[in-house]
Amino acid sequence: MARAVTTQHKTIVTAAAWIVALLIFFPILYTIITSFKSEQEAIQGFNLIPSGTTESYAEVQAQSGYFHFFLNSVILSVGSTILALIIAIPAAWSMAFSPTRRTKDVLMWMLSTKMMPAVAVLFPIYLIFRDTGLLDSRIGLMIMLMLINLPIVVWMLYTYFREIPGEILEAARMDGASLWNEIIYVLTPMAVPGIASTMLLNIILAWNEAFWTIRLTTTEAAPLTAFISSFSSPQGLFWAKLSAASTLAIAPILIMGWFSQKQLVRGLTFGAVK
Amino acid sequence: MATKQTSSLARFMLAPAVVLLLVWMIVPLAFTLWFSFQQYNPLNPIRDGFIGFSNYLLFFNNPAFLWAILNTLLIVASVLVITIIGGILLALLLDQPMWGQGIVRILVISPFFVMPPVAALVWKNMIMHPGYGVFADIARFFGAQPIDWFADFPLFSIILIVAWQWLPFATLILLTSLQSLDGEQKEAAEMDGAGFLSRFIYLTLPHLSRAITVVVLIQTIFLLSVYAEILVTTNGGPGYASTNLPFLVYQKALLEFKIGQASAGGIIAVILANIVAFFAMRAVGKNLDK
Repeated sequence: MARAVTTQHKTIVTAAAWIVALLIFFPILYTIITSFKSEQEAIQGFNLIPSGTTESYAEVQAQSGYFHFFLNSVILSVGSTILALIIAIPAAWSMAFSPTRRTKDVLMWMLSTKMMPAVAVLFPIYLIFRDTGLLDSRIGLMIMLMLINLPIVVWMLYTYFREIPGEILEAARMDGASLWNEIIYVLTPMAVPGIASTMLLNIILAWNEAFWTIRLTTTEAAPLTAFISSFSSPQGLFWAKLSAASTLAIAPILIMGWFSQKQLVRGLTFGAVK
Repeated sequence: MATKQTSSLARFMLAPAVVLLLVWMIVPLAFTLWFSFQQYNPLNPIRDGFIGFSNYLLFFNNPAFLWAILNTLLIVASVLVITIIGGILLALLLDQPMWGQGIVRILVISPFFVMPPVAALVWKNMIMHPGYGVFADIARFFGAQPIDWFADFPLFSIILIVAWQWLPFATLILLTSLQSLDGEQKEAAEMDGAGFLSRFIYLTLPHLSRAITVVVLIQTIFLLSVYAEILVTTNGGPGYASTNLPFLVYQKALLEFKIGQASAGGIIAVILANIVAFFAMRAVGKNLDK
């Protein structure tokens, strides 16, 4: 028997929820609004209606070559994610379908590497990067981001793969399918949704990573995190331009994020909350 | 049944991930440990070599160290309290039937996807700036003097920003957990005449306990290493008022080139993280058995 929900109750809840949600979203909303103001308007006090100019967007690109950093963000987040998947898919696969007594320990140990604070290895990594010429290189940072997120990728894939029923494998084997055929024709189609979700979440995490991407780059390989951080330096702060740059930096990932709410819960709790 | 062939193949498939993570974990950490016992400044050609625990003593005797530990723990504890309590309240609210629930969820989850430097800069300039921020506009509207948040309340300001970033995460996880609560149990409790508060304390809260544990543990891992938010807002200041352990280590290593001391600080950060990790692993591990 469903509880009767009065319209009045629903109206109150709706109003309360919308007010809270808009308050939480407000800093983002206000940034987007300000990005469509002129610099003059932006510092003239609180105003929710912009003149609608897009001059700030043009100027961000003209002055700082915004697109260069944007492209680096795309290359680094997608590249590191693909690298991580190439290494993690076989690993997660083998642990999900041929578990041994040590599988659980291996998984736990992988998770533990995620808990190492980045600062603890800042200087050695800096030295290694400097001496191998990887400083400010896309490939170096890509490897770095791949390593940071590898435990999460393995874990997430593992929780997805484990849900694929083993009976199907056995049936395929009884029909004489080789291991290779089993992987290509039976398992892959069932694993694709899990892989896609993992990929999405990992791109978001890599896009927003803001320690190594700031510290290991200067210009050549610098992604948006480093670019935006450079705005904190005092040489003239421009509210509208800052807003335009910020909006561009978060827009793609915000939209991806909206589509991956469920995966986010699963990926970041290591399957502990469903 | 795994045949011999498949199990050796399985090991072969697992190897790259294990080897990579092993190297990634051991090599840099071994370097840091070694540096932490060395006198080493890249700008200074004289190296005294092994100096025992001197770096650790220097680090501990530095007044900044106490600040850094205190600030680190304050950030973790405050953000946890804010996000857990706020997250539970928000999850309870969002769990009710309403119009436009999908959009409300999207609005609430959004801050989590904002990269830390953007979040920090937006709060610093758009919201909390003493001249042009929204808070200042509000203060002036009521005829009050705008507050210079980052100068007068630096740590509080950073906590506010970080809490804003993590509140969506806590809310989303708690909401997910809340939605798996058995509806029949709720109804039964209601029919037995249990009020909202007693239903919350005896039914909802116990059900949420595991999700809360998970939120606490995962957030702690990330909150122990808050960095970009400090870098773009206060730069650790004024003085050491908003310097946490990661930021102090960064300053020592890349600004002052006191590699020995920075490494000692890094090792201390590892120990701190390990204490947390110990509990985190147990909680996640327990869940794995199910």
